[in-house]
Amino acid sequence: MTALPAAPALTPPARRFRRLRRDYFGSPASALMTLASLGILLGLGWWLMNWALLDATFSAAATQAECVQAGGACWSVIAARWRVILFGIYPYDEQWRPSFACAVVAGIILLSCLPRMWSFRRLALTWGLGAAGFYILMRGGILGLSVVNEQQWGGLPLTLFIFVATAVAGMPLAILLALMRRSELPVVARVTGWIIDTIRSLPLLSILFTFAIVVPFMLPGFLIGEKLYRVICGAALFFAAYQAEIIRGGFQGIPRGQDEAAKALGLPYWQRMSRVLLPQAFRLALPATINQFVVAFMETSLVVVVGFIDLLAAGNTAYKTGEWKFAYVEVYAFVAAIYFLFVFGLSRYGAYLEARMNAGHRKE
Amino acid sequence: MPMPAAPLWRSRTTRSLLLQGGFALALLAAIVAATLTARANLSAQGMTSGFDFLWTSTGWEMNFTLLPAAPTDPYWWFLLLGLLNTLLMGLIGLGGASVIGLIVGLMRSGRNPAARFLATLYIELFRNLPLILQLFFWYALANALPNPRAALDLGPALLSSRGIYLPGLAVPYGAAIVIAAILLLGLALAIRVLAARRFARMEPVPRRVLALSLVLLAILASAAIALATHPPGTGWLSLPQPRGLRIDGGIRVQPEFACLAIAIMTYGGAYVGEIVRGGFKAVGRGQLEAARALGLSPWQVFSRVRLPLAFRAMLPILINQYVWLIKATTLGIAVGFSDFFMVIASSITHSGQTLELIGILMGGFLVVNFSLAAVLNRLNRAIALKGHNTGGAA
Repeated sequence: MTALPAAPALTPPARRFRRLRRDYFGSPASALMTLASLGILLGLGWWLMNWALLDATFSAAATQAECVQAGGACWSVIAARWRVILFGIYPYDEQWRPSFACAVVAGIILLSCLPRMWSFRRLALTWGLGAAGFYILMRGGILGLSVVNEQQWGGLPLTLFIFVATAVAGMPLAILLALMRRSELPVVARVTGWIIDTIRSLPLLSILFTFAIVVPFMLPGFLIGEKLYRVICGAALFFAAYQAEIIRGGFQGIPRGQDEAAKALGLPYWQRMSRVLLPQAFRLALPATINQFVVAFMETSLVVVVGFIDLLAAGNTAYKTGEWKFAYVEVYAFVAAIYFLFVFGLSRYGAYLEARMNAGHRKE
Repeated sequence: MPMPAAPLWRSRTTRSLLLQGGFALALLAAIVAATLTARANLSAQGMTSGFDFLWTSTGWEMNFTLLPAAPTDPYWWFLLLGLLNTLLMGLIGLGGASVIGLIVGLMRSGRNPAARFLATLYIELFRNLPLILQLFFWYALANALPNPRAALDLGPALLSSRGIYLPGLAVPYGAAIVIAAILLLGLALAIRVLAARRFARMEPVPRRVLALSLVLLAILASAAIALATHPPGTGWLSLPQPRGLRIDGGIRVQPEFACLAIAIMTYGGAYVGEIVRGGFKAVGRGQLEAARALGLSPWQVFSRVRLPLAFRAMLPILINQYVWLIKATTLGIAVGFSDFFMVIASSITHSGQTLELIGILMGGFLVVNFSLAAVLNRLNRAIALKGHNTGGAA
């Protein structure tokens, strides 16, 4: 066996160049893929720049003819209608209130992302107070704020409210369901399992529909309440069924000895759960939990179907009425950007946390 | 000295019995109370409960059906057609999402940075926007297409605000349905032969021959039907032709259907792409090195080692995703595609048999989703490698 001739020592730039060539043009197929991908990327980028910036119209006073003549995006629709998209039919003069309310929600989401806040009491306090503050700002009736009924809520604050209320109501329910499914009492465990599996196999839309339209038939008059809260109950139930399974997955990752040690210490059931097992289960289930929050945020947009004017529906009304019928792309781009900001931010944060948690473990 | 017996109310068994009994009773009471209230409320509105309405005619029309339907047809027929539409949409959506997902996932786990970036862009864009928003966008786009008179010409296909017109086989509609059913059946049987444990003892080569001949048989049967029903003296392909305000010939795909299918495919494709990437990541480096050391060609390493192992790792997660995508077909109601959910909702408005129809809705989805999960779980068990964990639980 002959030894390979020693490769001449490469200077760093040359090595980098060689690596680039190997990665981008390693084989004819790879070269073709590089060229195609770069072509698509550059073409898209060029078109997007022209459409969204260079040829676009920004003035709120511009008409359709001016927009068409400029050839690019007609951001005028946003300039003219952004308050409708963001706040729906909320009274115009009171719209500083939903703005503050949105800031409150953004604040509690940001606060919950800090590891320092990760204790049950702090999180519950933040979300409870945040939800209450949001409600007072939006609804009014005290502190000299005029009353604005739930029927007049709309746009981004409604989306955020549904999200926060779903999470606040759904998380305790999820913990309860997860504990019941793990119960040592066979009837409770089995029946809870059926309930969870049934809810999970139904589409969220059908559950929202049921709670909006069918449930009033099944309740005595004093329990029916506002449609908004019924729909939130449905969304919370759906959220809880999924989240309960995530928590159960977390439980399954805890070594058996933890529970046995807690039992040996003589801790009663609730302390064993709240002090030993649940914190560990949540830690293990954290990435999946954040993913579930992301999904829940996106799924708030389904309330359009049962007749609420959330961010998406407000966007629809903004371009479907009057002179802006042609400008649907701009409106959807604007609404999509808002959703994207929330969802992408949350999911990036989840990925960061996952990487941080795995940092201590050896990766395969 | 014998322990004094614990008082009855402190004994573990009694307590657990009481707790469970209380739980069951409370649940039962809630259900009974809800049913009774619903009955009372409905009878106050002059409704009779029961499933007799299923045999009365509906009096309204569905805008999309695979089999003929008229307003004189009974409710059960409409519900069945709605379920069929949901299944068709599910089939197309799952198939499209899988193909897109495979391509995007391969691009993301490949070596080429440019392709990887493009795939990442796609996945982040489509995964982080609500599906219903994407659906509304596609629908607005479809409605803004030119009218049939000025339809966009895409080679053999035509694109207009009335829908997408594709070239079709020139056979009567009924024959086309039968042909599609036969082809699907052949494919399903072939997959079953390849995957079911019952055939596991068969040698691979005859097993593959058997599967292939099943597919061939289906194709032959379809061709025979096409030959028998094709009107003689006309062309085999029916091409869409603009004719004044209409478009004649070809297959019309209504915009609602096309938009929902596109939305589910692109959105699902982004999710499936991530699952595919995870599957490829789960294949151990040693496996690939061993395959290369055996002298397998790059294509063989991919098709015989990497893909099969990755597929086993991703299947359990894919099952959940598929169930999710089937449920997403209910969004049809947002644009007016007559899926199962929309038919149920229209039936509720027209007949008022709310509780019964919601029961049927739940039953329908339970059956569809549980059977899909059951079939895929069986496939999962059938292809699992003995004593080999590819990290399916990840």
